Amino acid sequence: MSDNNKLDYMTSMSRPGKGCAGDTGEWRVFRPVKDDEKCNNCLICWVYCPEACIEKEGQVIDYQYCKGCGICAEECPTDAISMIKEVKGEKS
Amino acid sequence: MRLLESGNHLVAHAANVAGVEVVPAYPITPQTQVIEEIAELINSGKMDAVYIPVESEHSACAALVSASLTGARAFSATSSHGLAYMHEMLHYAAGVRVPVVMVNVNRALGPGWNIWCDHQDSISQRDTGWMQVYVASHQEVVDTVFQAYRITEDHSVLLPMMINMDAFVLSHTYMDAEVPEREEVARYIPRFVPKWTLDPRMPVTHGSVVYPSDFSETRQSMQIGQEHARVVIKKAADEFRDMFGRWHGDMIETYRADDAEQLIIAMGSLASETKVAVDALREQGKAVGLLRVRFFRPFPIEELRAECEGREDIMVIDRDYSYGMEGALFTEVKAALYGKCSAPAKGIVVGIGGRDVTYELIARLAEKSRKGELEEVTWGDTQMTSSHAVTLECLDDFKKILEHPGKSN
Repeated sequence: MSDNNKLDYMTSMSRPGKGCAGDTGEWRVFRPVKDDEKCNNCLICWVYCPEACIEKEGQVIDYQYCKGCGICAEECPTDAISMIKEVKGEKS
Repeated sequence: MRLLESGNHLVAHAANVAGVEVVPAYPITPQTQVIEEIAELINSGKMDAVYIPVESEHSACAALVSASLTGARAFSATSSHGLAYMHEMLHYAAGVRVPVVMVNVNRALGPGWNIWCDHQDSISQRDTGWMQVYVASHQEVVDTVFQAYRITEDHSVLLPMMINMDAFVLSHTYMDAEVPEREEVARYIPRFVPKWTLDPRMPVTHGSVVYPSDFSETRQSMQIGQEHARVVIKKAADEFRDMFGRWHGDMIETYRADDAEQLIIAMGSLASETKVAVDALREQGKAVGLLRVRFFRPFPIEELRAECEGREDIMVIDRDYSYGMEGALFTEVKAALYGKCSAPAKGIVVGIGGRDVTYELIARLAEKSRKGELEEVTWGDTQMTSSHAVTLECLDDFKKILEHPGKSN
């Protein structure tokens, strides 16, 4: 336990962790799908993803947390990422 | 170093020798000279600090919070509408528990547009969690900047502090004041040691979602910080007197109050004027004294109970108003004294929007209060002027126009 005295200084701190808001991939309406043929591994998508849902190695998209904002598809210089409408009940 | 300067410039020099490292600020009358002088001190190499010219007061307070969270000693100044624009971030600063200090040059809020002094701006920020101190002289504002860091940076407190200084009466008038050397001040307020900082070695999120199960304790903790501040404020004032030989009171200041049958309670420069009124009434043989509320938050509950006990009459001066109720200080004094003091208390409201308040007026109202001739609340300096007459004439003309909506000129 902390050596701080109870409520003398109680403020709202939290440690960084994965998925504090739950499986945010559930929020997704459009799913980014990468075409490995077109991808030149430039890492622009990795840099731009606001949720850190694209792995640096191989740019694998984490569909458990990706909210489908589409920034990666917008920024991709080779149009390797397409936004595909999610079909209800078929989320991965 | 002895300086002959305006209250505003003295604040800038005090911030310099207090070792302030970051100053985010936005100019507003009557505060502008504070940050002008700080910018000049930095530009001329006399002050080792970063000045952030933000685009609004809301951002000024956001930058103030952020700077403090890096472990820097941060300072700002504002006034009136600027303070109002900060409102949301004032709550944030207190909620994130940063020991920042800000001078608020007390000015009325519009409409009508008025750059002169009253306490409506700071009183409106009463419940943000900031400590509030009201100063009564040029020397006091200098010394209070040092005391403020001594109090806010104490690990049992860690809450922001607003130093309230009356517009023009203090901000723009010139007085000589002692501004100590940096080394002397550093002995009183050594380098700020934060409880935590924004540090990549220990990444945390502060202020993200906090659920009903956890939120209340963070707020209770702010109140505990305010309670601890009562002790630290007294200690800071005592230690300051020991080191620098000056005393402005701690939670309160009293003047000729020991044997007083009547007590006048006031804040800010009106308390200085009340000292003159007390002297005048004493010369007439009236047993009158002053109790200056120096700290409005935390509120001097125990001090008021001790000082008011056994008095025959209490008159509270407000330079603000809580509409639908009465002057805010009057309410708070009565709340502190409820069930503890049998003296009748009357509230007077004067000096709104910078109207000059003379010691004669205060003495006259105090006499009426003592004789039981005052209402519960009295607007003490009401007058009808030619400007008011213009408004009334306009309203008459509007009445004519609106009674005949079809006609135009």
